[in-house]
Amino acid sequence: MTTAALPNNSIPDRSFWQRNQQTWAPWLFLAPAILFFAFYVIFPVFQSFNLSLYEWDGLGEAEYIGLRNYEDLYYEFIDRDAFYTSLKNNIIWLVMYLLAIPAGLFIALFLNQTVTGIRLYKSLFFFPFVISQVVVGLVFTWFYDPAFGILNVVLGWVGLGPVNILGNEYTVTYGIILAGLWPQTAYCMILYLTGLNAVNPEQIEAGRLDGAKGWRMLWHVVLPQLKPATFIAFVVTIIGALRSFDLISIMTGGGPFGSSRVLAYYMFEVALSEYGFRMGYGAAIAVVLFAIMMVFICYFLWSMYREERR
Amino acid sequence: MFPTPLEKRPPSARITYQTFLPLALIMWLLPLIAVAVFSIKPGADFTNANYWGMPSSFDFFENYGQVFFNSDMPRYLLNSFLITVPTVIGAVALSAMAGFALGVYKFKANIWIFFMFVAGNFVPFQILMVPVRDLTLDLGLYNTKTGLVLFHIAFQTGFCTLFMRNFIKALPYELIEAARVEGISEIRIFWYVVLPLMKPALAALAVLIFTFIWNDYFWAVVLTQGPESQPVTAGITAFNSQFRAMYHLMSAGSIVAALPPVAMFFLMQKHFIAGLTLGAVK
Repeated sequence: MTTAALPNNSIPDRSFWQRNQQTWAPWLFLAPAILFFAFYVIFPVFQSFNLSLYEWDGLGEAEYIGLRNYEDLYYEFIDRDAFYTSLKNNIIWLVMYLLAIPAGLFIALFLNQTVTGIRLYKSLFFFPFVISQVVVGLVFTWFYDPAFGILNVVLGWVGLGPVNILGNEYTVTYGIILAGLWPQTAYCMILYLTGLNAVNPEQIEAGRLDGAKGWRMLWHVVLPQLKPATFIAFVVTIIGALRSFDLISIMTGGGPFGSSRVLAYYMFEVALSEYGFRMGYGAAIAVVLFAIMMVFICYFLWSMYREERR
Repeated sequence: MFPTPLEKRPPSARITYQTFLPLALIMWLLPLIAVAVFSIKPGADFTNANYWGMPSSFDFFENYGQVFFNSDMPRYLLNSFLITVPTVIGAVALSAMAGFALGVYKFKANIWIFFMFVAGNFVPFQILMVPVRDLTLDLGLYNTKTGLVLFHIAFQTGFCTLFMRNFIKALPYELIEAARVEGISEIRIFWYVVLPLMKPALAALAVLIFTFIWNDYFWAVVLTQGPESQPVTAGITAFNSQFRAMYHLMSAGSIVAALPPVAMFFLMQKHFIAGLTLGAVK
């Protein structure tokens, strides 16, 4: 190597950094993100697992109690009916929330036309997703209000009502879910609108020549091409359903009589509200919720991994 | 195009569609329209149980004036901005670098680090709640905007890195190789070659994160209390107890709180939708 003899390449021996930058550069670029993420996301997950084995009020000494928090949850020694009600409501949320996907597809099909002003219509239909869930919650609380809610006004026209959706322990969860479906449907709609834009027109024409129409066309020709949009819609809807917290907190505070709690809300109640600072018990609830989510997370990662390999 | 375009249908179908479209929109936005109507009614209408009749007077300026000059709302709005803007800058900066590293270099741990970011992004908030609150207390940042910003940056980095990495992976790799042959250092490649190409992704992420953070409620409740640091989502509950049962003011407050992300969406619509629907098309 006699690079020094070359007149214009003025670096005689390349420094350590220049020789190894291809190996080290990625770690340099990753370092801040990994540090932040590890500190605030990865470690706390393990800390919560650990904490769920303790009894701790957030201030004093933590006492190791093994799996007793989980036993308390399983047998509901502490709050009667709280855990299983929350679990049941979580399942209702999960199932009902998925309605956002067909509803979003339906609206997307409805709006997938070219008439004047359709762009504005699409944006306005998407509107609910941009608004914070806190405001959505308030809006729907008033919508349902037994005294002046527009729902009861409409029901009154057809001689029904008045109903108090949020005051009835059998309807309250569905009432909140409907409020949640509003922005979520808008999200699924925009995913499908983008997907429909990219549907191959030649395949549609070919389908038409073969006599496919309406439902059959949708099912056999269009939906297979919308698969990536459907996948994302599933991911965001399932995660959204299990994360439901804001709406419950704003609309009912878990009531009436705790009948609209879900695990996410129950955990918050146990650890940070007037129910007292039972951090270990709260962490155990969080671990259960995490375990449920992990099933879905693993499935999503596995699907992504298959895509990467292709 | 599916469904069949209206131009290829009989004119009657077109007329039905064009009359039905605005009706459907009004139904869809009915709860919001109701709140908008409430927010311009005078308070007297509510005490007289005139909920849905014509407003007895047009009180737009009175009601919104109350919100802006007679409550903590401006304070909460300012807090929201001071939390949201630094978070957007921080999360986009960190994830641009991380996305570059994961999208350009081939090394063994690459896919696992990527999956760590993706998985972390889906984790339920509650499993982070107690440790993050403790960490923030220990750092002396409880009930400060900084405490909230640091956490938001860290958490949003997960989603942003997923986004950036996929975007960079789709860029032509030959560009980077050509730069390397020229002897340009990796850091300069990032800054002068890749970053300019990433502008659409940076814009899309910035708008998305702005909306997500502005609308965050859970962490605002967990990490802050009181008007000196709470953002508007958490502040609105305090606002509503200040104006209990005064629906005209509560409606006006809700609209003010919801407005900034809505404005952001309408101004940056293209980027916003590009960000949300990334991956929805092959």
